[in-house]
Amino acid sequence: MILLSPTWTAILYLVAAVCFILALKGLSSPKTARRGNLIGAAGALIAVVTVFLSSKLDNIPWILGAIAVGSAIAAPVARRVQMTQMPQLVALFNGVGGGAAALVALLELAHTDDAWVRVAIVFTLLVGAVSFAGSLVTFAKLQELMTTRPVVFPGLPLLMTGALVAAIAAAVAVVFTGAGWLAVVLLVLGLLTGVLLVLPVGGADVPIVISLLNAFTGLAVAASGLVLGNVLLVVAGTLVGASGTILTRAMASAMGRSVSGIMFGAFRGGSTAGSTETSDRPVRSSSPEDVAVLLGYAQKVVIVPGYGLAVAQGQHTVAELQSELESRGIEVVFAIHPVAGRMPGHMNVLLAEANVPYESLKEMGEVNPEFKTADVALVVGANDVVNPAAKSTPGSPIYGMPILEVADARQVVFLKRSMRPGFAGIENELLFEPQTTLLFGDAKDSLAKVLGAVKAL
Amino acid sequence: MDGVALLTITVLSVFVGFEVVSKVSSTLHTPLMSGANAIHGIILVGAIIVAGQASDGWTLAIALVAVVLATANLVGGFVVTDRMLEMFRGRKGAGR
Repeated sequence: MILLSPTWTAILYLVAAVCFILALKGLSSPKTARRGNLIGAAGALIAVVTVFLSSKLDNIPWILGAIAVGSAIAAPVARRVQMTQMPQLVALFNGVGGGAAALVALLELAHTDDAWVRVAIVFTLLVGAVSFAGSLVTFAKLQELMTTRPVVFPGLPLLMTGALVAAIAAAVAVVFTGAGWLAVVLLVLGLLTGVLLVLPVGGADVPIVISLLNAFTGLAVAASGLVLGNVLLVVAGTLVGASGTILTRAMASAMGRSVSGIMFGAFRGGSTAGSTETSDRPVRSSSPEDVAVLLGYAQKVVIVPGYGLAVAQGQHTVAELQSELESRGIEVVFAIHPVAGRMPGHMNVLLAEANVPYESLKEMGEVNPEFKTADVALVVGANDVVNPAAKSTPGSPIYGMPILEVADARQVVFLKRSMRPGFAGIENELLFEPQTTLLFGDAKDSLAKVLGAVKAL
Repeated sequence: MDGVALLTITVLSVFVGFEVVSKVSSTLHTPLMSGANAIHGIILVGAIIVAGQASDGWTLAIALVAVVLATANLVGGFVVTDRMLEMFRGRKGAGR
């Protein structure tokens, strides 16, 4: 029904767009982040109510039903998701958004004869489909439904180029003919391109790809706004496209990687050098009591948390270990690698949940010089972020990533589940060094045993 | 709205997008990505318009799929971002 004049509609869309800008601004600072997110949600609500009140719409009961279904599926999943699974959920939500943009563009093709509008349509179709398929593959990788390693096969660069060229040809054909079946071909080629784009990306680079595909979806939404002549979609989509691009670069540089290196590195060869075999060289494994002695008689302990700590939900136990050691007069800090875990900031969130004081968390640049004065570096479920291969092995997938210099500490203790290599699939030479001790087991169990042994000292 | 006006708005939005996130600590990379992800769920508005204009069954069916997907992106995106940020709560001295 049309209750709002075009002027009021435009004003309300403007309010929604301002809300989105304030949301992004708010999310850039810890103090205002939560409020920023709520402002964004409020903007979205204003926009959705506005579209109902300003357009002549049929099928309203069906539309409301579909909204109810979408909410009923997504909200509980988002509410209940384990923190370790948040990155793949973000990937999934990003993918379905890209898919929605592609479907909107597909349906609008029948309503236009304008070649420029068709250009926007084919852009939305292609980019939306790439984002949809690419995001589903990253979801499958992070959920470990498929291998987390880069998937590369000999014909891949050729196939990728072929798919892209065919997609562009189909896009040009759609612009000139407006044929619906060609648009469907374009959609399928876009899906193929998305899969091929993400398959060769592996390991710790996956969160960066999610961010890139997020920017892609933003661009697709902006183009769909051009198709529909809807200013809000243009503004919101462009905002996400632009900020997503900046964010992707920031995330990549935190890892010492370049975005093109991540996307195309596997094509150039060499970057899949991660060894698949686990070595049977001797390592020094030890008991919780031995580790407790090392910790209990140290002056300074640096704890390096990683994904294994998050999986084991050991954050409360490690916090307890910290306070127990501090009560014995030992200085304890946490060394936070920017990409420890499977998303940037993962460890900060995890340890904040266990009420570890903010002052104990030190970022990489700040903490690296401190390892030289540390008696023990306790690595809990981390691997790639302390792997010296990042410095010493040029062919390695993580080569060039800044690492935490745990090797500088007098003793290094690894709490590990097994000798299996980390997410990036590379063996860690540090495990075989003479100053290294290993304690095998689930991170939480191991921490609890060590904690008990420290208390008994 | 004519093409030049839309182009103007697009270009200005690019600069605003670059500007608002130019200084962000790595701690907030993931919530920010997730929040931006929720914002592009606003494609729901487009999906609603297309569904509201649908005159045959197939078009309506495809449009309704788009509405479901877009709603999942929008609602799920904001909820999961809030969930992430909830974990920052209660930490003293968080503002840097």
